[in-house]
Amino acid sequence: MEVAIQCRDLRKTYDRKVEAVRGVDLTIYAGECFGLLGPNGAGKTTTIEILEGLLEPTSGEVEVLGRNWRTHERELREQMGISLQETRLSERLSVRETVELFASFYRYPNSVESVLEELSLGEKADAWVGKLSGGQKQRLAVATALVANPKVLFLDEPTTGLDPQSRRQLWEIIRQFQERKGTVLLTTHYMDEAERLCDRLAIIDHGQIIAEGTPAELIARLTGHHVVEFAISGRSDGADDQVWRELPGVQGVRAEDGLFCLQVNEPHETIPALLSEVHKQGARLEHLTTRQASLEDVFVQLTGRHLREE
Amino acid sequence: MADTEKQARRANGRWAGYWHLLLARMKELQREPEVIFWVFGFPLLLALGLGIAFRDKPADTASIVIVESSSSQRLVTLLQQSPERGAIHADVLDEHAALDQFRLGKYALVVSMDEQGVRYRYDPARPESVLARTQVDDALQSASGRKNPISTVATAASEPGARYIDFLIPGLIGMNLMNSGMWGIGFATVDMRQRKLLKRFIATPMRRGDFLLALMSSRLVLMVIEVALLLGFGALVFHLRVEGSLLAILLIGTLGAVSFGAIGLLTACRAQKIESVSGLINLVMMPMWIFSGVFFSYERFPQFVQPAIRALPLTALNDALRAIILQGAPLSSQFARIGVLALWGALCFVLALRWFRWS
Repeated sequence: MEVAIQCRDLRKTYDRKVEAVRGVDLTIYAGECFGLLGPNGAGKTTTIEILEGLLEPTSGEVEVLGRNWRTHERELREQMGISLQETRLSERLSVRETVELFASFYRYPNSVESVLEELSLGEKADAWVGKLSGGQKQRLAVATALVANPKVLFLDEPTTGLDPQSRRQLWEIIRQFQERKGTVLLTTHYMDEAERLCDRLAIIDHGQIIAEGTPAELIARLTGHHVVEFAISGRSDGADDQVWRELPGVQGVRAEDGLFCLQVNEPHETIPALLSEVHKQGARLEHLTTRQASLEDVFVQLTGRHLREE
Repeated sequence: MADTEKQARRANGRWAGYWHLLLARMKELQREPEVIFWVFGFPLLLALGLGIAFRDKPADTASIVIVESSSSQRLVTLLQQSPERGAIHADVLDEHAALDQFRLGKYALVVSMDEQGVRYRYDPARPESVLARTQVDDALQSASGRKNPISTVATAASEPGARYIDFLIPGLIGMNLMNSGMWGIGFATVDMRQRKLLKRFIATPMRRGDFLLALMSSRLVLMVIEVALLLGFGALVFHLRVEGSLLAILLIGTLGAVSFGAIGLLTACRAQKIESVSGLINLVMMPMWIFSGVFFSYERFPQFVQPAIRALPLTALNDALRAIILQGAPLSSQFARIGVLALWGALCFVLALRWFRWS
């Protein structure tokens, strides 16, 4: 498979003190959608901006499309479409004028009209940027990247702060770009986004990659693919939580906000045992659900924290 | 995308980015009403206001007060017989009221008469008071029979070219070029940096030089309009006579706009926030508002600071504009001033490029 982006032992230290990125290795193949998943402040933006050639790494090697930013910057820029986190485009230009401006920087841009059409901005083409909704602004940011007719699309938190409908709209746009053999690198702190959109992803925490693979692989690696969540009341004081760990099939136990989460392999073995244990303790079951394990559970198992906590 | 389609698609030329940046900048300016006001409306209002305030009044009348006494009527009669009677307006009040009104500034002079003769009470700090004393004294003396040893003729110089408004208009043009250069470049740059728009731009193949060039070019377009507007306004409303060549004025204007653009760029080369660059811009402009002879001649400042004042870019710009507009001086005679302006511009531009931050 053709490699689109590669980096080895990437490190970035700010002011000789803050280590934002501490030894990241990544290989991203042409045509795939790769996600950097992690909480805020994990080093996602620093990593993607180094790969975009906007930040100089303190040490480490970066290659994009087989080229180096130091020696082939212009050539590479022609083939990258980039959407930064929180760019506020000029409010007094219209949508079309903005996309035309960005198109003018590239030697062989896409047609402005077709990009506007693809991102459902045709109706808003003559509206000022200042009058757009959050979702429309985010689509415009992606439009300024797509009009480059890029081979690689970098998206830093493309759906942060968007309503569910706008997010799904953007996912669809990214998939269409992928269908045209485009490579996508995106950062997100949304689990569902990473799970549904990305072919592969790296979970990043404190500037390091702590897990990498397809979403299914990462979940499969988890001990216990199902989660049983329950809440009880009326327990005698001093009861030991250890009892849950000894139920059949339980791989892990977490307690959060009065809710117990059991990671289990076979729910049908665990649940009857759970019910009789609750009965034995003379407690009452207030809540019981089961679900498939998600990337959130992977992250919690790896770090002991939730993604959105920070 | 299919290859045939790719070939059919138009390729952008070398200057496509520059033209679109310039076009975008002009559109943005045009869509900001406050910019239109500060760049075009404000200087015209200033010219109009100051032009009216300092217009040439028909020879000033001195308002004086005569203290009521047995001989006050005699003073009034003498003044009415004098050749200066048209220039003096005299009221008669009792001593208390007269002194009160004098203190309040209604009268420039208090005149009283007793056995020893005429007494003047005047304020040496008020020019009109000093003037009134001389005028009244002349009037009283000549009405009482004084003969002047030599005869003199005075001509009022109030024709176009020598009035305050003539001095003011070139100064306003210079100040406006400074204001809009500093704000137009400095403020816009920091605004775009704060919005992360500069960073977004350099994530594209845009040439950084094109960006700066477009920013400067937009200033030049505005400069032509600013200069034409103020000159036209002066000519139309105040009958300002433009003695020098329009081409020379435009060339000096271009140099001024570019130099102050470079100073603005340097001021804004690292600032991250609008608030901090606003303070910096005002700090840089403040000395020039005061010292560079916009509203009054800098000759009023002590001799030893004159070389420093002449080294300021706005002083050079104002002096060159005045020489060309008012005296019709050729461009070649302004060599030193052009040099001062160009040096400031070049130095600031080089430093700005070295220190400039795109993010």
